[in-house]
Amino acid sequence: MNAPSTAADFAEPSIPLSARGPAPVRIVVAYGFWIFLLSDIIMFSALFASYAVLSGQTAGGPSGHDLFELRHVGIETLCLLFSSYTCGLGVLAVERRRMKGFYVAFALTFVLGATFLGLEVSEFARMIGQGAGPSRSAFLSAFFSLVGLHGVHVSIGLLWMCFMTGQITVRGPLDFVRRRLLCFSLFWHALDIIWVALLTMVYLMGAR
Amino acid sequence: MRDSYLTRLGRACALVAIATQGLFGNCRAQGVLDPQGPIGSAERLILLNATAIMLVVALPVIVLTLAFAWWYRASNQRATHWPDWSYSGQVELVVWSIPAMVVILLSGVAWTGSHLLDPAQKIPSESAPIRVEVVSLDWKWLFIYPDQRIATVNELMVPAGAPIELTLTSATVMNAFFVPQLGSQIYTMPGMATRLNLLADHPGDFPGLSSHFSGDGFSDMRFVVHALSAAEFSAWLARTRDQGTGLDADSYAQLARTGGAAPIQTYRSVDPKLFQHIMHETVEQ
Amino acid sequence: MGKLSWDAIPIHQPIPMAASLFVTFAVFGTLGLVTWKRWWPYLWREWLTSVDHKRIGVMYVLLALVLLLRGFIDAIMMRSQLAIAAGGAAGYLPPEHYDQIFSAHGTIMIFFMAMPFMIGLMNFVVPLQLGVRDVAFPVLNAISFWLTASGALLVNVSLVIGEFARTGWLAYPPLSELQFSPGVGVDYYLWALQISGIGTLLAGINMVTTILKLRAPGMSYMRMPVFCWTALASSMLIVAAFPILTATFGMLLLDRYVGMHFFTNGGGGNVMLYFNLIWAWGHPEVYILILPAFGIFSEVIATFSGKALFGYRSMVLATLAICVLSFMVWLHHFFTMGAGANVNAFFGIMSMIIAVPTGVKLFNWLFTLFRGRIRYEVPLLWAIGFMVTFVIGGVTGVLMAVPPADFVLHNSLFLVAHFHNVIIGGVLFGAMAGYNYWFPKAFGFTLDKRLGLISFWCWLIGFYLAFIPLYLVGLLGMTRRMQHYADLSWQPYMIVAEAGAVIILCGIVATIAQLVISIRTRERRRDRSGDPWNARTLEWSTASPPPGYNFAVLPQVKSLDAFWSMKQQGGIALPQRYDSIEIPKNSANGFVTAFFAVVTGFALIWHIWWMAILGLLCAALTLFAFGWIKRVEHEVSGAQLAEADRSRLRGST
Repeated sequence: MNAPSTAADFAEPSIPLSARGPAPVRIVVAYGFWIFLLSDIIMFSALFASYAVLSGQTAGGPSGHDLFELRHVGIETLCLLFSSYTCGLGVLAVERRRMKGFYVAFALTFVLGATFLGLEVSEFARMIGQGAGPSRSAFLSAFFSLVGLHGVHVSIGLLWMCFMTGQITVRGPLDFVRRRLLCFSLFWHALDIIWVALLTMVYLMGAR
Repeated sequence: MRDSYLTRLGRACALVAIATQGLFGNCRAQGVLDPQGPIGSAERLILLNATAIMLVVALPVIVLTLAFAWWYRASNQRATHWPDWSYSGQVELVVWSIPAMVVILLSGVAWTGSHLLDPAQKIPSESAPIRVEVVSLDWKWLFIYPDQRIATVNELMVPAGAPIELTLTSATVMNAFFVPQLGSQIYTMPGMATRLNLLADHPGDFPGLSSHFSGDGFSDMRFVVHALSAAEFSAWLARTRDQGTGLDADSYAQLARTGGAAPIQTYRSVDPKLFQHIMHETVEQ
Repeated sequence: MGKLSWDAIPIHQPIPMAASLFVTFAVFGTLGLVTWKRWWPYLWREWLTSVDHKRIGVMYVLLALVLLLRGFIDAIMMRSQLAIAAGGAAGYLPPEHYDQIFSAHGTIMIFFMAMPFMIGLMNFVVPLQLGVRDVAFPVLNAISFWLTASGALLVNVSLVIGEFARTGWLAYPPLSELQFSPGVGVDYYLWALQISGIGTLLAGINMVTTILKLRAPGMSYMRMPVFCWTALASSMLIVAAFPILTATFGMLLLDRYVGMHFFTNGGGGNVMLYFNLIWAWGHPEVYILILPAFGIFSEVIATFSGKALFGYRSMVLATLAICVLSFMVWLHHFFTMGAGANVNAFFGIMSMIIAVPTGVKLFNWLFTLFRGRIRYEVPLLWAIGFMVTFVIGGVTGVLMAVPPADFVLHNSLFLVAHFHNVIIGGVLFGAMAGYNYWFPKAFGFTLDKRLGLISFWCWLIGFYLAFIPLYLVGLLGMTRRMQHYADLSWQPYMIVAEAGAVIILCGIVATIAQLVISIRTRERRRDRSGDPWNARTLEWSTASPPPGYNFAVLPQVKSLDAFWSMKQQGGIALPQRYDSIEIPKNSANGFVTAFFAVVTGFALIWHIWWMAILGLLCAALTLFAFGWIKRVEHEVSGAQLAEADRSRLRGST
């Protein structure tokens, strides 16, 4: 609806970008989604800040050093990082209309993401079984909510992946479907970035 | 319906009159504007100075606003009209400089004032300080004198002229200890100890309250600070040690039970470790 | 049914029961009227499923006006209570009820009056000023509005079923933790604000993307109207600050529902953490509110002085400076926590630095008035009232930014007077100015001027009468949120404040009367030109009200104050060529999602777990369903556009 006067106008190099009129839909959608991701990162930052403040408050209970199994976390990290790679491959495949490649890449992404989630859930279950649940201490509350929120985002990503696969199968790689796929991949990569920060601040620094 | 300058002027005068009446209608200033100690006095000075500094800019701005709004009204044929004037470098320079200079001046006041009047800073004095540990409960104030080993509820007796070294905590929710005529207030927080130093120059009675909302009985969390001469204070101390019960685990448990306006009472003895015990107990839940 | 039972209805408390009955009758009466008059198809088609930014903007403002009334009733109840509860008198509102009233007053006025008013005006005006057809994401826009309305609904449901929070409008722990607030009040507060917070965040994202990526050809950044700059700054603040609120309330909810220990007394919880987080959101929030108001005043003062805004560049710079600085001052809300002299002094100085760009703006408005030709229309009077009132509020604010001064003024009625001074004098006066200014654009006729003036004068005089006494009694030592007080010498001040509140009530009644009477007599003030104020920006180049697509052909912008330049150059020629355009069709997505949000929120509050899961599932399914169906747009042909333009030209001559 807000299309530029002509597509050519928007690409006219002698006019400064800010004066070329409304941007094409693809750019608008990706930009808006990126702003949303920035806001999501800020939400995580608030939880990171709380974790930093509360990480020492173990209320006489177990600390990160007692609870974290870095090998386990390492496998989770590899799963997630590799799934980002396969996600990128999947999106490229769609752009090149290689649909079989897309299905393989996204299946891999889903499996890797689900593995990550499964490992994380088992870690949570183990800790709760040991009496180190989120209501044990402020440190554990902060840990479970920060890591848990990331896990919730991954779960939403998995659901979104299923939805996108379904939509692309039934509808085909239409413009608006590809735009959404682009947004999904931005989301998935952002989750990776947050995980790296999480890994560093929570696990690596906490296990010392 | 055109607005008349005279109506505006009249309104402004009326407001000034009301404000003045309010300020001086009472025979004497009270509260924050009537400090009875060095902390309160210093803070009042800062209040008045900062206000005066700002009014130097604020009052002309208000007057100019009303003046321009009236003089440049469309029906005024005598007023000059510059329809295309929307930038002037010199005006910009002035317009950025004036607030900046006021802010620089006030920043100096803020920096020095914050350091001189830091609540945790002890007040230098020739008199011996008196230490009081303050616990805010629902909804009353407990004052423990760890050196004198007595305690009071909702009444704080101190020797006039002696620095009062307060250590504060809360047994339940957040509150704030505030005696307007003595100066600064400070939060009381569960499981933590805050520090405040005040001093009452002369004997007198100074009302105090909680200034941080803490629940249904909040409005009743009033207490009085009585500054006494040295002799009166010793006499009061002796009387207190001679009557009533001691503050032990049972009587404290009874005191701590939630309730509204609590009567003033005293305790002839108290465990000096009670304050630490309350702090730890509050977070052991 | 979880904790819900018939006890939740306040049958044994006369005042809440009377209020509940009134609200219930009002709501069902309205619904009944709409049904009886068969307005549902029209409402559904034209408003409830609309994705048009203009319609959504109007609905936001309507929501704000209704909740202004609700929040003000709370205010006048508080004033009356304090006017009589002196010495030993208990007043007519017991503490349990009074505490809910002041908590509801603050929550409603900030979240459901001031925010929707500003967001509504931004929604309506920004795309028109930018010369484009709608915001970046129209369906998301509808969802944002309906989520905000859901939050407002939940807060009002708490009046009838259950209770509201008794903790103040920010719900500080440990008072707001389960240990000290075991009832449903705090849960109503938290869920209502989480739901509307999502709506606000989405609106912020929408507005940022619109302003940065969708402007008419030729409209570079420095040719954007100042209102769009302030809308941009405000929206960027929303995007940066609201996630903090979501996270903080999320943590408090986890404490209350799952037994976590973020802010509890036990388990290592830290109350100071809440203060820092909530104010890291809270301070940007007040700038989110005031920046659009500053933008409105810039537009209004320029238009009614017949001059361009003075110092456009420094206005933009000042706006962005305020935007950035607003994140560096939050600790001034709790100087008395004892953070130490260095920390206090730093934040005090930063708070004062923010006064510099604000002062610059004020001077720029002053020099816009200087040597202008000022017309005393209602929006301009609000602007002049603002300029005088805001200076006073700003002075008291900078005063309290000096930590030792704050040590004796914190949480007193002096503080209360200060923030009402800047919020009423700034945000509300701006909202009223914007409302009067843009009403003719939205509806095709101006509002009655006489009633507008009466409303203005009542608000102005009422404000001073209500709040100057509060400054004074704060200096005497009276603190906020007291339900009764012992010192009889404070009572005269309370009585004068009550009188002020009554005069403000007259102002509100005048505003309502203005709306009703203006609609009844609208033909007398019909505006067919689209430009009743001889204004400067692009929204005034469209018809009043503008067609759904705003502009048949996007304008080519060649300068700042694009419409003024066009008028100087002899009017606007009709475009040579009309291409066909596509307009998104309506969508029920917003309304349906919000419905399930209300169900889920209510269920969570009352611990009705099966209903909560069902509600959440349905909301998710709604998202999927609307995401799945093909997005429908309908086409308007070039010929239709040309004909619409020509008939407008015929109609206005």
